[in-house]
Amino acid sequence: LNQASAEELGTGEGAVVVTGSCGRLGKRLVRRLHRVREVIGIDRKPFVDRPSDVVHHELDARSKKVREVFKNGVGALVHLGVMHLPRGDFAEHHARNVIVLKTLLEHVVEFRVKKVVLLSSANVYGPRPDNPQFLTEEAPLLGAGPFGEIRDLVELDMVCQSFFWKEPAVETVILRPANILGTVKNAPSNYLRLPMVPTLLGFDPMVQAVHQDDVVTALLRALTPGLRGIYNLAGPPPVALSRALSLLGRRTVPVPHAIARLGIDRLFRLGVSSFPAPELDFIRYVCMVDDSRARSELAYSPAHDIESTLHAVDEERWVGSAV
Amino acid sequence: MNTRTALARLTDVATQQGVPFVRRLVEGARRAAEELELRLLGPDFESRARVLFERDGGSDPFGFDARTARQAAAVSAFFHRMYFRTEVYDVDRVPAGRVLLVANHSGQIPIDAAIIGCALFFDANPPRVVRAMVEKWVATLPFVSTFFSRVGQVVGVPENARRLLEMGELVLAFPEGVRGVAKPFMKRYQLEEFGHGFMRLAMESQTPIVPVAVIGAEEQYLSFGNVKWAARALGIPVFPLVPQLLVPGGALPLPTKYRLFFGEPMRFEGDANDDARVADNAYVVREAVAHLLRRGLLQRKSVFF
Repeated sequence: LNQASAEELGTGEGAVVVTGSCGRLGKRLVRRLHRVREVIGIDRKPFVDRPSDVVHHELDARSKKVREVFKNGVGALVHLGVMHLPRGDFAEHHARNVIVLKTLLEHVVEFRVKKVVLLSSANVYGPRPDNPQFLTEEAPLLGAGPFGEIRDLVELDMVCQSFFWKEPAVETVILRPANILGTVKNAPSNYLRLPMVPTLLGFDPMVQAVHQDDVVTALLRALTPGLRGIYNLAGPPPVALSRALSLLGRRTVPVPHAIARLGIDRLFRLGVSSFPAPELDFIRYVCMVDDSRARSELAYSPAHDIESTLHAVDEERWVGSAV
Repeated sequence: MNTRTALARLTDVATQQGVPFVRRLVEGARRAAEELELRLLGPDFESRARVLFERDGGSDPFGFDARTARQAAAVSAFFHRMYFRTEVYDVDRVPAGRVLLVANHSGQIPIDAAIIGCALFFDANPPRVVRAMVEKWVATLPFVSTFFSRVGQVVGVPENARRLLEMGELVLAFPEGVRGVAKPFMKRYQLEEFGHGFMRLAMESQTPIVPVAVIGAEEQYLSFGNVKWAARALGIPVFPLVPQLLVPGGALPLPTKYRLFFGEPMRFEGDANDDARVADNAYVVREAVAHLLRRGLLQRKSVFF
């Protein structure tokens, strides 16, 4: 079932609809997927250097026309188009993300799409002082507490989970990767790209990171016919945050937590920093996952070691065809 | 030239008597330091410390760091050998492989855990690293949380203990929890109720349990009770009333004599989901610890010697 070799990863019947196909991760997925399978991209942005056999729809995911895309027979849906704008209006942001997913899932049922893959995140578990060192898929999703944006992600994950139970005919896969590092624009990669990295004085949690290409591989593996479930993705063995930063050769500034909290909050309000203050907990407490299920059932194993995963954040970001 | 001869005589004195004197002094100080080090760390410290470095090659998922652990061992050796002059009985009863140590908890700050760690590092053959289950609140403390994880301590949730036991580690649990540490002086050596989590783990993973009695820790800080409202206001688990803290130097624990008694390994079988069975077994272990405590207290002539 899951012994697909590297060449035939992602094969299956019918086209794959990829939402958020122009994101940095989306592009990487599309570039690998279109070699084995028909790909239809949906994104608000134009796909500038699109491979010629990829169909691209420049659509807002809320648009009625998305239904038309599904009409012509679709084999799988990969949902990457989750909006993360820490500064946006929270209510609108939330409604948008949740409504988009729910509508997409309606299309999936209506047109009998066989597979749905949602890229969630290990952050849905939340960094907490009483976390076990490695969280399994059964752990409660407590990340929502103090974090606005993660609340969105938790709800998306939950919508997908109830869909998983409600529609046994659809093979639903939820991937919860640890911090994705690479040219992607997400909080952990942006944090590691800072020229001077602030850390919390006296705190040095163990951290996990996954290379963006390992996540793409996992997404392809998730498309294997017959596979359904929730999978954590952990990447290479964890390291202490301080070790990660020294491997990257970053200069660090340890700041006491109380001061950091006030300062980051001020900076965020002023629009100088894009890190909301509650995210400090990610460099304070552990939030690591146990991915043994993905390793046995998805045959997932990260190809990148910790050094190349970390150094991926420094790769050239502005070359479009880097894959 | 009077001054010149005077100076010459001065250099004579400096080279012929001063230098050898200083050299003797330095030599003496070095020998004393070496002797102290030998007395503290023992002749085989380096070979024991090698165990720390060999055990995982720097990839412990809980953040254990051999270098920090080695330093911590050297510092706690002072407390283990000189300050508390620990006497360790029957440490060879701890079997190889995964083991759960269950001990009484006391003393306002968990020095008992450090001393048990020392006993298994300095007095057991081969030396072993103890992974103690730590109160969750500790993870919110800067420095302490980092230091604890570097020396192998782990946040006390069942998932972590299960993983450590699977790794074949030596896990130390205090089923009394915070209630034990915060015990007032009047209640010394009276065991609080045991939690049942440790027994559930031992039964499902068929891990032998070694009961441990720690004697001496309960007198190190004289606590006259716990101010609950102050603890709640400060967001900490307990606020013990310890008058000795007001005396200069009173922050150090009293130099009581520590005695550690290791019991025979106990094995439990059966369904770990059977709560009544788990509770019964936990009670059996509690009685075993209580028995070791009684025996130790009868044997002891003085708190300090």
